[in-house]
Amino acid sequence: MINLRIDGLDVQAEDGWTILETCQFYGIDIPTLCYDHGLSPYGACRLCLVEIGEGKNAKLVSSCTYPALEGLKVKSHSNRIIKARKIVIELMIARCPNSKTLQDLASKYNVQKIRFKIKHEDCLLCGLCVRMCKEQMMSGAIDFIGRGKDRRITTAFDEKSDLCRTCGGCMYICPICELRCQGPDPPGAVCGSCLEMSPTCLDFSSEAQCFMVESGCGTCVRNPIKKNVNEMEE
Amino acid sequence: MSKSEKKYGDHLKLKKLNSIIKKNNCEKSALISTLLDIQSEYNYLPKEALIMVAKEMDIPLNQIYSVATFYKVFSLQPRGEHIINVCLGTACHVRGGGRIIDEIRRELKLKDNGGTTEDMKFTLEPVRCLGCCASGPVIVVDNEYHSQVTPKNVNKILKKYSDGRKVKKIIGSQDKNA
Amino acid sequence: MKDIDKFKQKLSRIRKSKAEESNRPCIIVSSGTCGEARGSKEVFLALKNVIKKYKLGKKVDIRLTGCHGFCQVEPIIIIHPENIFYQSVQPEDAEEIISETIINKNIIDHLLFKDPNNGKKIKLEKDIPFYKKQNKLLLKNNASIDPFKIEDYIGIGGYSAILKVLSKMKPEKVIDTIKESGIRGRGGAGFPTGIKWSIAGKTEGKKKYIVCNADEGDPGAYMDRSILEGNPHSVLEGMMIGANAIGAREGFIYIRYEYPLAVTTIDAAIKQAKKYRLLGKNILGTGFDFDIKIVRGAGAFVCGEETALMASIEGKKGEPRQRPPFPAERGIWNKPTNINNVETWANVPLIINNGAKWYSKIGTKGSKGTKIFSLVGKINNTGLVEVPMGISLKEMIYDIGGGIPENKNFKAIQTGGPSGGCIPKELLDLPIDYDELASVGSIMGSGGMVVMDEDTCMVDVAKYFLSFLEEESCGKCLTCREGIERMLEIVERITEKEGKKEDIETLKELGEVVKDASMCQLGQTAPNPVLSTLKYFENEYLAHIREKKCPAKVCRALISFKILKDVCNGCGACRIACPEKAISGEKKKLHSIDRKKCIKCGICFETCKFDAIDKRAGSD
Repeated sequence: MINLRIDGLDVQAEDGWTILETCQFYGIDIPTLCYDHGLSPYGACRLCLVEIGEGKNAKLVSSCTYPALEGLKVKSHSNRIIKARKIVIELMIARCPNSKTLQDLASKYNVQKIRFKIKHEDCLLCGLCVRMCKEQMMSGAIDFIGRGKDRRITTAFDEKSDLCRTCGGCMYICPICELRCQGPDPPGAVCGSCLEMSPTCLDFSSEAQCFMVESGCGTCVRNPIKKNVNEMEE
Repeated sequence: MSKSEKKYGDHLKLKKLNSIIKKNNCEKSALISTLLDIQSEYNYLPKEALIMVAKEMDIPLNQIYSVATFYKVFSLQPRGEHIINVCLGTACHVRGGGRIIDEIRRELKLKDNGGTTEDMKFTLEPVRCLGCCASGPVIVVDNEYHSQVTPKNVNKILKKYSDGRKVKKIIGSQDKNA
Repeated sequence: MKDIDKFKQKLSRIRKSKAEESNRPCIIVSSGTCGEARGSKEVFLALKNVIKKYKLGKKVDIRLTGCHGFCQVEPIIIIHPENIFYQSVQPEDAEEIISETIINKNIIDHLLFKDPNNGKKIKLEKDIPFYKKQNKLLLKNNASIDPFKIEDYIGIGGYSAILKVLSKMKPEKVIDTIKESGIRGRGGAGFPTGIKWSIAGKTEGKKKYIVCNADEGDPGAYMDRSILEGNPHSVLEGMMIGANAIGAREGFIYIRYEYPLAVTTIDAAIKQAKKYRLLGKNILGTGFDFDIKIVRGAGAFVCGEETALMASIEGKKGEPRQRPPFPAERGIWNKPTNINNVETWANVPLIINNGAKWYSKIGTKGSKGTKIFSLVGKINNTGLVEVPMGISLKEMIYDIGGGIPENKNFKAIQTGGPSGGCIPKELLDLPIDYDELASVGSIMGSGGMVVMDEDTCMVDVAKYFLSFLEEESCGKCLTCREGIERMLEIVERITEKEGKKEDIETLKELGEVVKDASMCQLGQTAPNPVLSTLKYFENEYLAHIREKKCPAKVCRALISFKILKDVCNGCGACRIACPEKAISGEKKKLHSIDRKKCIKCGICFETCKFDAIDKRAGSD
C-alpha cells in the first residue's frame, strides 16, 4: 500500500495506481476527457491536472498518468489548478465549439468568454478512438498523423484500411462528435458559439461505418461528408 | 500522375528496396533508419515502398504512415531535381533569412515556404538551423553550402543550378577583416 | 602479458611517434561544416596542389581538422610549429602561403587577423581578443587533431581515462568522482550528471543502455556538432567510461540528420575504436563488453527531450511521455537508460584524467567547469566560445564578442534557444550559470546565445520562436499544441496591425498556463520567449498595439518606405531592383514608390547608394 495525502486527507493507494485512480476511489471529483478506465492513460487533454509537491517545487501534472507515490502531497482544486483548467477548457472550446461535453464543462467552470478565433474542428485529438481501436478492438486502423498543428487522426494515406472492421468503437467513444450540444442549455455565455452547429456524422450515415467509407477518415465531418451538408442546405 | 511519380512509382527497383530493408535486419527499431535510406534512394517515400516495408517488417502500414508524417525530413511527394534548404535558425533569422526565403519563393513561384516547382526542378525545404550560424544567412543547394546570402544574389545562385552548370561557391560580402 | 598492458605500450608507441612528427611544419586547415561553407575544402586542395608542385610532400604535413571556434573568419589555417594564424584564406592564397611562409619563413601580412579596435595585426591565435578570455578544455583539441585519425587523439593523451578506469577504478569510484566534480548536464536542464549516473547504476537490470543525445535542435547552437566533427573520440571515451560505471553494454548516439559531416566522423571513429578493441566484446581483456550504434534523427526538435528521444530510438514517433518513471528506471524498451548530452560526455574523460577537485575549481558554486556557447547574431565576433561558468554577459559580448557591428546599440541577448528568454541591457552584469539565468526568466539550454541590436524587433523575435515551436510541438498535449498556436495567433495579430489592448494580458495568462500545464519540457518552456520579452520589452508590444508602429522597423505591416525628395538623384537602381515594379520615375528625376504595389521587402532600401530611401516606423 502507498500512503499519500490528497487535499489534506491521508489516503492509501494500491501499488500501480495513478493519482487519478486514487482520487476516484476516494470520491474526489477530477474532470477528465482523454481518460477512459478501459484504455491506457494518455495525458493529452490536460484537464485532470493536479498540483503535487509544496512551495517552490510545487508543479502541475496530469493525474491520469502520474503514479501515486509514497509520501506525495496532492492538491486537486487549488487556485492554480482552476486557473489552468479554465484556460484548458477555453482552448478546447475554441477548437471544438460544438461539443456538448465541452460546453457543459465550460458551464461548470464558469468559462464565459473565448478570446481566440473559433476553429470549428470536430476532433480534439484526445486519442480515445486511436486507443479504442488499438487496445480494445485489437485493430489499429487509425492513428495520429503529422505533428503539431497539422496533427490529425486518420488511416494510412487517408484510404480505407484493411484492418478496419467498421465496428464503430471509435465513434462510440468520441466525446466530441458523438454527443453534440443541442442548444443553449444549460445557460452560459459560451454557448453562443453553438449557433453554428454542424450535424453529427450519424445524421448522414445510418450505418456505423462513416469512418471508412470512400476516403472518409478519422473524424467524421470531413470533405466527403461536407458535400452532403451543402446538399442538405439546398 | 506527374512525370516523376511515374518514373519512380512504376519501376521501383524492388531488389534495391529489399536490400535496404534487409540491411536494417527488419528490426522494428530500425524503421526510421530504413525510411531514411529509402528516401535517399528514391528522393522521397513512394507509397508502394511503404506498403512493402509494412509487409516485410510486419508493422501496420498505419504506424509507418504515422512515423513518416511525424518527422520533417520525410517527403511523401516526389521532390525536385535540386533541393534547396534555407536555414531559418535564429542567427540566420536575425540576419534576414526570412527575406531570403521570400525571395526564393518569388523566384520559383512557390505558394508556401516549401514545396516543389511545377517543372520538378527545385524543391524548397526550410530547415531549422544548419549550425553555420556565423555565416548566415545560409542556404544549401544539393548539399553545397552558400553562406552570407543576400536577397540580391539569390537568383544568381538559383540560375546556376537551373542552367545545370557546375557551380562555383558564391559567398556574399567578405569580412571586414579580409 | 595482459591485453591492457599491451595496449598501454601501444599507446605510448603512438604518442612517441606523434611527438616526433610534431617537429615538422604542418598546415592545419579548419574544416567543420562552417569552414566548408566558406570554402575550406577548396583551400585545402589548393594548398595540396602547391605542396605537390614544390615537391614538399615529405617535408610538410597538411591536415584537415574540425572547427576552431572563430567561425567569423573562416577559412582559418594555422601553421605549425610557429602557430601562425591566417584567417579568411582563399584558394588563391595557397601559392603565397607555401612559397613565403613555409619556404621562406615570412609572415604574410594581409592574411593576419586585424584587431578591429586598434588596427594591429595579430600573429598568434592566443593573442586574438576573441580567444583571450576563453578556457578551452573541450575545444582545444579541435584545432590539432584530424577527427578521422584515432592516432591523433591518442597522441594528445586520448584514451588514457578509459585505461585508468578499466585498470584501477571501481564503478562506484567513477560515479563518485563525477558527483564530486559537480558537473551538471549540458543539454539544457542542468541536472547533476553524477546523480543521474548513480540512479541508473543502482537500478537493477541485466540490460542497460546509455545514450548520447546529439539531437542538437536549438537553432543558433552548434557546439555539439563542433565536438562531434572535431573530436569524436572524446565523446566515445566518455560514453565508455559512463557505460562501465553504470553497467551498460550498449550505447546509442542519437544524431540529427542535418549534421551529415558529424555522422561521418562519428561513424569513422566508432570503426577505428573497434579496430583498437576499445569497443566490442571483452574490451582489452577486462571482461567489459560495450558497443555503440548510431541512430539518425529525422528532423524533430522534440526528440531532444529524453522520453521522446527514447521513443525515436525504438523506431516510433518522437512523442514524450510522463516522467516518472524516469529513463534511469524505465527507458529504452523499458530497460534502465542513461542519457547525456554530447558536451557532457566529452567532459567525462577530462574529469577522470584530472580529478574531481581540479574540475570543481573551475566555475561557480552551483555550476562547475566550462561551457561552450555559440555567440551569434548581431555581434562582431561570431563563433564558438568556451568559457568558465560565471563569466558575465558583458564580458561575453564586449570582450570576447567584440561588441555590436556598425556601432549599433545592444538591445538584448537571447539564451537557451526557443526555450530560453531574452535578457536586456540592464542585466548584463549577470554571471552566466544555470541558476542565475533561470532567475531572470531564461535558461542555459544547450548554450545558444543570440545577440540582438536596436534593429531587432522583440515582438518579431517572440513570433519567430513561437512559429518554430508551433512547428516542432509534437501535438500530443493540448496546452502545448493549442496554447502555442494561440499565442502565435495573438503575436501575429500584433505584428499585423491588428493588435488589441487586452492582448498583452491574454498572452501573459495563457503563457503561464502553458508553462504550468504542459507535459514535457518543450511545452513547459515554450512561453519563455514571449514572457521574457513581455517582461523586459513591454513597451515595444505597446508601440505595436497602440501606436501601430514597429520601433525597430522590422514588422512589415507597421513600416513604410519613402523616397526622399532632396536626396534622390534618379539613378534608377531601385526601380530596376524592385521585384514588384512598385517604383517609377524618369531618369535623373525623383522616383516614387507605389504604396499599393509595395510589399516592403526592403530591397530598394539596400540597393540605394545615396541613402535616398527612408525606412519609417509606422505604416503611413
